[in-house]
Amino acid sequence: MEETATEAQEQMHGCPVIMSRGQKVLLVDRKDYLNVMKALVADTFDMLVDLTGVDYLAMPGRKPGAGVTAERFEVVVNLLSIQRRERLRVRVQVPELDPAIASLFDVHPGAEAHERETFDRVGSVVDGHPDLTRILMPEDWQGHPLRKDYDPGRIPVQFKGANA
Amino acid sequence: MTIAEERMDDATDEPTGDAPAAVEPGPRSRTTSALTGEGRQELSSRAGMGAKELLREVGAVLRMSESEAAALADIESDPDEDQTMIINMGPQHPSTHGVLRLMLELQGETVLRCKPIIGYLHTGMEKTGEQLTYMQGGTNVTRMDYLSPFNNELVFSMAVEKLLGIDGDIPERAVWMRMFLSELNRISSHLLFLATNGMDIGAVSMMLYGWREREEVLRFFQKVTGLRMNHNFIRPGGLAADLPAGWRDDVLDILDMLPGRLEEYEILMNGQPIWRERLQGVGVITAREALALGTSGPILRSTGVAWDLRRDMPYLHYDEVEFDVVIGTHGDAYDRFAIRLNEIRESMRIVHQILDRMPKGDFRVQNKKVTPPPRARIDESMEALIHHFKIFTEGFKVPEGEVYVGIESPRGEIGCYIVSDGSANPYRIHMRAPSFVNVQAMPHMMRGGMVADAVAIISSVDPVLGEVDR
Repeated sequence: MEETATEAQEQMHGCPVIMSRGQKVLLVDRKDYLNVMKALVADTFDMLVDLTGVDYLAMPGRKPGAGVTAERFEVVVNLLSIQRRERLRVRVQVPELDPAIASLFDVHPGAEAHERETFDRVGSVVDGHPDLTRILMPEDWQGHPLRKDYDPGRIPVQFKGANA
Repeated sequence: MTIAEERMDDATDEPTGDAPAAVEPGPRSRTTSALTGEGRQELSSRAGMGAKELLREVGAVLRMSESEAAALADIESDPDEDQTMIINMGPQHPSTHGVLRLMLELQGETVLRCKPIIGYLHTGMEKTGEQLTYMQGGTNVTRMDYLSPFNNELVFSMAVEKLLGIDGDIPERAVWMRMFLSELNRISSHLLFLATNGMDIGAVSMMLYGWREREEVLRFFQKVTGLRMNHNFIRPGGLAADLPAGWRDDVLDILDMLPGRLEEYEILMNGQPIWRERLQGVGVITAREALALGTSGPILRSTGVAWDLRRDMPYLHYDEVEFDVVIGTHGDAYDRFAIRLNEIRESMRIVHQILDRMPKGDFRVQNKKVTPPPRARIDESMEALIHHFKIFTEGFKVPEGEVYVGIESPRGEIGCYIVSDGSANPYRIHMRAPSFVNVQAMPHMMRGGMVADAVAIISSVDPVLGEVDR
């Protein structure tokens, strides 16, 4: 996202690799997502550390880098290779009109809770997830709180003796 | 209804189609009329669950072959629902360390399945973090894992510094002070674990001892930061203040007191057959399962995987101090207890080395854009006044970018992912909480165990619900 980060440094499984503040980021197309994640496991990136989502609604005109078209949502997966002592971040663009992404459950069973959380927070649907329910919010909650068009809301505060 | 929710309806209809033709629809499908239609978070009864789903729940996580998983699913898939019972444990239960709710499916006293249901302590801290400036962010993140606040502040500060590009400029004294506080925090957190672990198993005297020693460490924190918990002391750019006069003697007092006390604990706990019987062989998890589930910290190390970010991906100056990574061999609750007990000793070793090497100098980076000027300068310099005013009203701006930083907290890898849009507030802040992931490993530790062991297992995972729910 910095000037220096927009150029693809190399390719990995046909996806461009960029550097973000010295950290390796792989920009993966949504349709290749599951296959690339499987290939990365074979590359010893076999531990899924974190999976989360970002809503980029309030950042129009952003450039993910390496000529990738920006979409409203982004799913961010942080992988770790214990063997190589290396981290790798995978970022996938997810369009607003069809916010669905494949589940990593069969590749990384530990992704289950993270994917539920991502669904709960930003509302990206996870295809093939065994139990896609809300995890932090109550089950009858409406909306996805970490979307940028979700109003945090205010509770009016009453002050004693104020005549405003 | 949005498109996402419509898709969800389709998705929730699917699994019930696989279920054996039940006379009544399972609880899962009954709630599709709920407001958002995602279905219930509760553990569904076996009748409402397809054989395929059960197989997936068991097989995929345990990385079994299909035939092994099928064999396991066969034992459990009893169509007669009366034989099993689903009960709630928590959220109001003294051994659930806050508000963790577990739904257990029992056959007699044996736990067949378990599902942790979380969110009872959810306060939207990630959303709150977007409203606060980077300057104020520390007060927010320190409340997540309230038993190791320094580690929360540290990982947040390191992420912000990396975004600012000043991560190499932090003065030496600040780096050593950060390590110092982080290790003392590990000691206090593990002491609390020993206390609560004792209490959960029924060794109530251990609770008093652990709490007593932890209080000594917290008293030192209070002297340094002014607060026992939620310090907001480690900040982007350095620390809030220097160490107070006499800090060295206070720490030496703690370091002199602890070894004898730890030996007492060993006599009290390890020397006691009841204690060993309650923990040994309970809640076993294999290295393969632990890695597949993404667990970290003492849970991963109890399975024999020597993975400690302080040694394997060093941050601060952990590559310059000597310490051992404590690992277990059985992956049971006893190993997790022993690992934490011995990690206190390793942390004390590190603190001793820090005391020898603590350099003099600045405790925060002298960058006017990030660090508020000293109070005395405000009276004499117009620029200092402006900088002070700017930092405390609108905060400092952080260049556009995104970054993930992970460090070793007492509970495992705590990570901070920040996206900046170039303003003074984080565009998105996400914390990778170790307890959140570790709690998800509980069903695999409990499978096939006894109900009474469930308490020992929750305790051995040492979850902090504040960071699970954030």
